Amino acid sequence: MRIGLFVTCLADAMFPAAAIATVTLLERLGHEVVFPSAQTCCGQMHVNTGYLSDAAVLVRHHVRTFEEARCEVIVAPSGSCIGSVRYQHPMVARRAGDDDLARRAESLAARSYEISELLVDVLEVRDVGASYPHTVTYHPTCHSLRQLRIGARPLELLRHVRGLKLIELADAETCCGFGGTFAIKNSDTSTAMLHDKMSSVISSGAEVCTASDSSCLMHIGGGLSRAGSPVRTVHLAEILASTDSVT
Amino acid sequence: MSTFLGVPGIGNLRGDQPFPAAARRELGNAQLRRNLGRATQTIRTKRLAAIRECADWEDLRTAGSALKRDALARLPELLEQLERNVEARGGRVHWARDANEANRIVESIVRAAAGDEGITEVVKVKSMATQEIGLNEYLEARGITPIETDLAELIVQLDHDKPSHILVPAIHRNRQEIRDIFRREIPGAGDLTDDPHALAMAARSYLRRKFLSARVAVSGANFGIAETGTLAVVESEGNGRMCLTLPNTLVTVMGIEKVIPRFTDLEVFMQLLPRSSTAERMNPYTSMWTGVHPGDGPQDFHLVLLDNGRTAVLGDEVGRSALHCIRCSACLNVCPVYERTGGHAYGSVYPGPIGAILSPALTASRGGDDPNASLPFASSLCGACYDACPVLIDIPSILVHLRAVQTESSPRRGTGGQLGSERLLMKTARWLMTSPGRFGVAERALALGLRMPTVSSRLGSPWTASRDLPSPPPESFRQWWARTHESDTR
Repeated sequence: MRIGLFVTCLADAMFPAAAIATVTLLERLGHEVVFPSAQTCCGQMHVNTGYLSDAAVLVRHHVRTFEEARCEVIVAPSGSCIGSVRYQHPMVARRAGDDDLARRAESLAARSYEISELLVDVLEVRDVGASYPHTVTYHPTCHSLRQLRIGARPLELLRHVRGLKLIELADAETCCGFGGTFAIKNSDTSTAMLHDKMSSVISSGAEVCTASDSSCLMHIGGGLSRAGSPVRTVHLAEILASTDSVT
Repeated sequence: MSTFLGVPGIGNLRGDQPFPAAARRELGNAQLRRNLGRATQTIRTKRLAAIRECADWEDLRTAGSALKRDALARLPELLEQLERNVEARGGRVHWARDANEANRIVESIVRAAAGDEGITEVVKVKSMATQEIGLNEYLEARGITPIETDLAELIVQLDHDKPSHILVPAIHRNRQEIRDIFRREIPGAGDLTDDPHALAMAARSYLRRKFLSARVAVSGANFGIAETGTLAVVESEGNGRMCLTLPNTLVTVMGIEKVIPRFTDLEVFMQLLPRSSTAERMNPYTSMWTGVHPGDGPQDFHLVLLDNGRTAVLGDEVGRSALHCIRCSACLNVCPVYERTGGHAYGSVYPGPIGAILSPALTASRGGDDPNASLPFASSLCGACYDACPVLIDIPSILVHLRAVQTESSPRRGTGGQLGSERLLMKTARWLMTSPGRFGVAERALALGLRMPTVSSRLGSPWTASRDLPSPPPESFRQWWARTHESDTR
């Protein structure tokens, strides 16, 4: 299958390992990955901060870029950015009075997937041939959980990883407090939420906390690092791409 | 006697501080955090169990939402039908444009009921509408003492405090704190313990005397049925039943969005509301009354229909479904922001996720220095509220819509400075993000900046107060792609 990579601006600039892992994994499974290099950002930050007309420009750019890429499906290593493409892009286009763009955004969204959705629903794989000899706890990010409803897909994938010991996270479905510019505008409240999430992660006893959003992992990881915790944050795609030998 | 702090015309829908500052104040209270954490956790667990019992819960939510949408779509017609039916059965209907008008109407009804004897006390059923209009403060300032008869509302009133939750107004207090309030404020309660039974009995004997002597009661309404002119109040302590039956005069203040078309529509709401609010299968005390009946209950009944910003909200295509709210507070109990800041941080009597959309909408907040302009941003958009809402209010989408309303209606040079620089940042980001060339350069500049300690500390001070910034990668993804897949690039 010819799969277009929607890298997401955050993974491109700050967490390329998650995107590289997505490419490595899909190529290993025998698919062709293309990277439409004109892509930039889906505009979620603009939408969620209240700059909808600025976001409309970015939506137009995103839709045109991926239409021209002529790929069958599009994948992103982010539940949040796929949530934006699926639920915000058509709304932003309509609000800007561009119904044609809204229709095109809807049709593009219908073939855009978060990585675990693509693997389980489209490619119908659960064992991706990965091995990762570590104890791992999974944080279901809010947008993948409550917007995309990806449910247990990431857990199913993780259960098939050799050497991986999955540990349940207490209060897993509670937000980590990131919320984009919320983390800046309401940093005190965001930090209070983060500290509770960190306590759950640390008390799980896992070596690694994973999720399918680099943004939430940046938040949890930034807090863990500040607290001097040895727990690492690793993107789901990196674990699924891993072939570390199991001792 | 407390001072009337509400905004003239609007009532208690706005605090005096923006949310981030008020939240910072509340977050400093460790006892509050413990009380709220424990209470919301308990209600959350019970609610989930109560909902799992209903195989048709999703159908009920859809039905509740559809009924509310229908009612709002023909609000004028239904309100006039309600008015006709209330008056045909011996009640009087009054129309109040805003809080001031509603307060004046209630005062004049109380004065008329007093006649020559003079009335100094009225008993009250817990009501968000009367909290919204600041009725207690208004009456107190005019020599009339309102007595809250709901236990939690009484605790808040005796403590000269403000409610912090729609359903559990004293959720921020534990029983030791309640014991201290009762000891201080209830005559003869000096040796009270913190045993819940003892606390309830102290309130009971205090209130019983008030019920028996009161000649006027004031209530809100959960529902007003257009077809029959029936009003309904849903409560769980029996205090409402006392207020609604014992005094001779009853005044009900009802937001205009509470009207529902038919009596049979209650079937849906009486399943949705108790399970969502108190996690009960069936509501303990549901009082319904239709006009007046000679020799039975209040002989003088008045219904005050309150607008106070609702018509304007109805005009907002995206925001209008906020008016579906049946005040169950399920969204408060599941909200990670509310759980940590409590209700007082929201300023308005409507806290939590529903308050974050309802308060700015009802007060027509348009950015600038208005504290309510900060409320749509008081959310991480985690979506837990939408999942919990029994009438399917898409709170996250309305929050995003109201954020746009705030930024788009603020002057270009945002008041307070912050919005101005934020706007510049967003415009710059958009400019960078519409050109892959500019974007690539910006990415490298960001990585470079993050390697310079002075730049990175300035870039992220609200971030770095509690979290480390990630270390920039040696190359961006697009650099890696160009290096490894160059011939594949389109």
